[in-house]
Amino acid sequence: MSRPSGSSRRGAPAVDPAPVDPVLPSAGPGDGASADPAPFESWDRPRGAWMLPGRCRHPTRRTLMLEMATRALFPTILVFSVYLLCVGHYGPGGGFSAGLVAGLAFVLRYIAGGSVDPGGLLAVRPTTLMGVGLVVAVATALAPLLAGEPVLSSAKLVVPLPPLGGVDVVTSLFLDVGVYLLIVGVVLDLLRALGSGIERDMRSAGEGP
Amino acid sequence: MLGLVLAHLVLAGVLPAVAARAPRAAFAIAAVPPAAALVWALRHAGEALAGGVVQAVAWAPELGLALTFRLDALSLAMVVLVSGIGALVLVYGAGYFAPEQAGRNAALLLAFAGIMLGLVLADDLLTLYVFWELTSVASFLLVGQGGEARGNRSAAVQALLVTVLGGLVMLLGLVLLGEAAGTYRISEIVALARAGGLDGAPVSGALALVLVGALTKSAQLPFHPWLPAAMAAPTPVSAYLHAASMVKAGVYLVARLAPGFADRPVFWVTTVALGLATMAVGGWRALAQTDLKRLLAFGTVSQLGFLTALFGAGTPVAGIAGVAMLLAHGLFKAPLFLVTGIVDHATGTRDLRRLSGLGRSLPGTALIAVVAAASMAGLPPLLGFVAKEAALEAFVGEHTVRGTLVAAGLVAGSALTAAYSVRFVWGAFARKPGAVDTPSHRPGPLLVVPAAVCAALGVVLGLANGVVDADARSYAAGLPGSPGDGAGYHLAVWHGFTLPLLLSALAVGLGYAVHRARDRVGRAAGRLSPGLSAQRVYELAVSGVERLATVVTGQLQAGSVPTYLVVILLAVVALPGVSTVATGTWPEQPVAHSVLQVPLAVVVLLAALALILAQRRFAAVLLVGLIGYGVGGLFIVDGAPDLALAQFLVETLSLVAFVFVLRRLPATFTDAPSPMRVQVPKAVVATVAGCTVAAMAVVLSGARRVPATVSAEFVRLAPDGAGADNVVSAIIIDFRALDTIGEITVLFVAAIGVASLVLDAPAGRRRRRTRTALSLPDARALDAVDRVDGPHGPVGAADGHGGPADTTDGERGDAAVPTGPVPSRGEPR
Repeated sequence: MSRPSGSSRRGAPAVDPAPVDPVLPSAGPGDGASADPAPFESWDRPRGAWMLPGRCRHPTRRTLMLEMATRALFPTILVFSVYLLCVGHYGPGGGFSAGLVAGLAFVLRYIAGGSVDPGGLLAVRPTTLMGVGLVVAVATALAPLLAGEPVLSSAKLVVPLPPLGGVDVVTSLFLDVGVYLLIVGVVLDLLRALGSGIERDMRSAGEGP
Repeated sequence: MLGLVLAHLVLAGVLPAVAARAPRAAFAIAAVPPAAALVWALRHAGEALAGGVVQAVAWAPELGLALTFRLDALSLAMVVLVSGIGALVLVYGAGYFAPEQAGRNAALLLAFAGIMLGLVLADDLLTLYVFWELTSVASFLLVGQGGEARGNRSAAVQALLVTVLGGLVMLLGLVLLGEAAGTYRISEIVALARAGGLDGAPVSGALALVLVGALTKSAQLPFHPWLPAAMAAPTPVSAYLHAASMVKAGVYLVARLAPGFADRPVFWVTTVALGLATMAVGGWRALAQTDLKRLLAFGTVSQLGFLTALFGAGTPVAGIAGVAMLLAHGLFKAPLFLVTGIVDHATGTRDLRRLSGLGRSLPGTALIAVVAAASMAGLPPLLGFVAKEAALEAFVGEHTVRGTLVAAGLVAGSALTAAYSVRFVWGAFARKPGAVDTPSHRPGPLLVVPAAVCAALGVVLGLANGVVDADARSYAAGLPGSPGDGAGYHLAVWHGFTLPLLLSALAVGLGYAVHRARDRVGRAAGRLSPGLSAQRVYELAVSGVERLATVVTGQLQAGSVPTYLVVILLAVVALPGVSTVATGTWPEQPVAHSVLQVPLAVVVLLAALALILAQRRFAAVLLVGLIGYGVGGLFIVDGAPDLALAQFLVETLSLVAFVFVLRRLPATFTDAPSPMRVQVPKAVVATVAGCTVAAMAVVLSGARRVPATVSAEFVRLAPDGAGADNVVSAIIIDFRALDTIGEITVLFVAAIGVASLVLDAPAGRRRRRTRTALSLPDARALDAVDRVDGPHGPVGAADGHGGPADTTDGERGDAAVPTGPVPSRGEPR
């Protein structure tokens, strides 16, 4: 979660300076870049890589305002989602809401950038993420058995953090982490299915943008 | 005993891995557990005959469920068949199966041996039932083999349908019986029934239902056709399942219940009448067969009828004869099947019109067959003769009308048995006039030795019949009318010049005469009026069920979303709606708790009204979103920030999802407005359903009179018990954490389902694929297959057009339902 802000300078697959193939505007591997030297059209063509590294949409389909806003908001929303996750014990929030918030951050990126994850920020597939979430939740549920306690019991741990003193962590927080990961995975899966999946379907049906 | 059964199953699990490297070793290993079971049973034979060895493992004592096993005289006889012949057949399998078939067959045969062992040892009705159904499953897998040949598939399906149907009926009977007796222990039920403690209509009904299961399993009239059809299985499978063990399960159950129930007409009339009829029909039909295996199969049907009649009659002498015949049948029918396999292996055919002169080229095999067939025909001094003597004595000695009639039936049946025994030996080994000798190669010892051992045991036990006698008398001692020590009858080869001996001789002589007239008899037996064919009835029943399913599916699955919605909504109104509104009380509550509720409610109501009038999908989606946000606002006003947060987030996400989907949908709902006669009823249903749900919401929200103590406890425990100040959170991740895990699991499954629906089979692509798959010639072929082969069951058509079985089956399913391949009306374009 700490990577997005710095990773725009990660280099390798940075934005194509040349415009992207206009026939297949949205993301997806295999789109080749072609030189389009028409000077008039390129006058106000956005060239900056405002979003994370990756391929940009066709310039005529970019919305700079949204991209700029997303660039600023995306990491912020993710941090906020982690806050919601942690604060769940004490106020409105919790794994479900936090996961939805994080998922909506990805929705925003998808709408602005045309791809769920343009730069390959998340190197995992949504289903894997969902599976990991479920495993974390179930492992949290079963872990007390190792200590001879009933399934799903919780305990309060005090984690020493020197400058702050001790921080209370209730073990059921890990259950919430599992829920959080699973919900993020569900939203990403939804984006994959209803977002890029439908786009691909429209392209293969010969219609679409 | 449970350990023995489990050892079979566990070892069966690892056999495929062994067979991949050493196919023959797999069979050798597989033969060990049955052999061990046999040794174990024989070592405990003394205790078993004295009273029985019992083991009970309580696995769910709270529900009164236990795995109870008991070894007594009858079980001992069955274990000898199941485990002894099982071990021999597995050895035979090492020589019979090709390496690539070895893993599957060795594992399944061993698993089957374990299941069958459990079945014959079970002393609990439900344990028995579980093993009973497992044998059907194992038989399905063994008969079906890889499922590549149509003959295997239809035979496997037929065997499964018939036996499982019987098993299901039997389950009803078992439950009735268990409830009437107050116990599910078989030994207790039988003892109770013998003491006269089980009477009345429910018990008679239960017996009739249980007998349906027994008769289907043992291929009795009119359920017998599945057994000859199952001959599509490899020969060792037939020898084991369809001669020695599985088909005896029904007979075994009859024998198991006979001590308690044999004196009731519903029990003995059914079993004796159907048994004798089956004996005659099976024997008669066997005379028309030209395939050696089918000949033996009809012979097995006939012999099973014989056994059913013996055990069903339930007199002590009949019981003795039954146990002896049970063993004798296993010991002569299994080697005959194994010999058939050897002949098949050596010559490549089982057709007795093409086999000639094998007696010269395969003398050892021929000797085995002659000995086994002689036992089947009832020639002294073999076990088959000894058993048949006892059977005839049982009914002749009754000196009643029933006894005379049954004895006459037995003589007729035995004559047919003798005739097809001769036919088998003649067909397989004789040199026929005008036929050239069939070329053959010598069978290996792995094939010959097991068959020889079985056949030799028939001779040994026929001479040393005291062993069988002890076991049989121990069983018969429990039968009604027994003087206590198992009747005054003993099995023996020589009883002196008695009426049974005369009848035996008569039967054999008649049988030989029938064989001499084989051409005429074969023609007559082969002529079967279609109205009397049980196979035809089965096919009609299956195709009738398929047609009914098609009609019902076609009627119910109209493919119209409004129709489905109307059905659902009317159901909601009719059942929960009416009862809630009629019995609930309208709560006393103000219109609004706070001023802020009023504008929010107005917004929600206006959005709802506008939604009805919306023509464009996009507008409708936005209005739905507005309603959701309005409800979220109401949550905030009522002081539920957690709920409101989740509501806002979910609402946003569903809005996004809707918008994504909208890209693929037309902009407006309908191109042309539907006529009033459609719109008005829809509006009425929608209004009524909406009002009902609203009324339910109000009534149910007022149903709680006092603050729930649970809520108070949650509030009290949250800070310390769950370490959370936020009660909602404490409930979700601590107090009701199991619910949470369940819910996220559901979410997980649903998300994967949605993703696979959208990504892997998009509507457009699926339609295109169906159209190419059913291009014209194929579609016509499919049609033709449907028409011709409909009765052969759901797998019948899969060969129709060449593709792999799984996809073609699916497409056939589509084609059978009228709405299948047609794009459903709800889909765009």
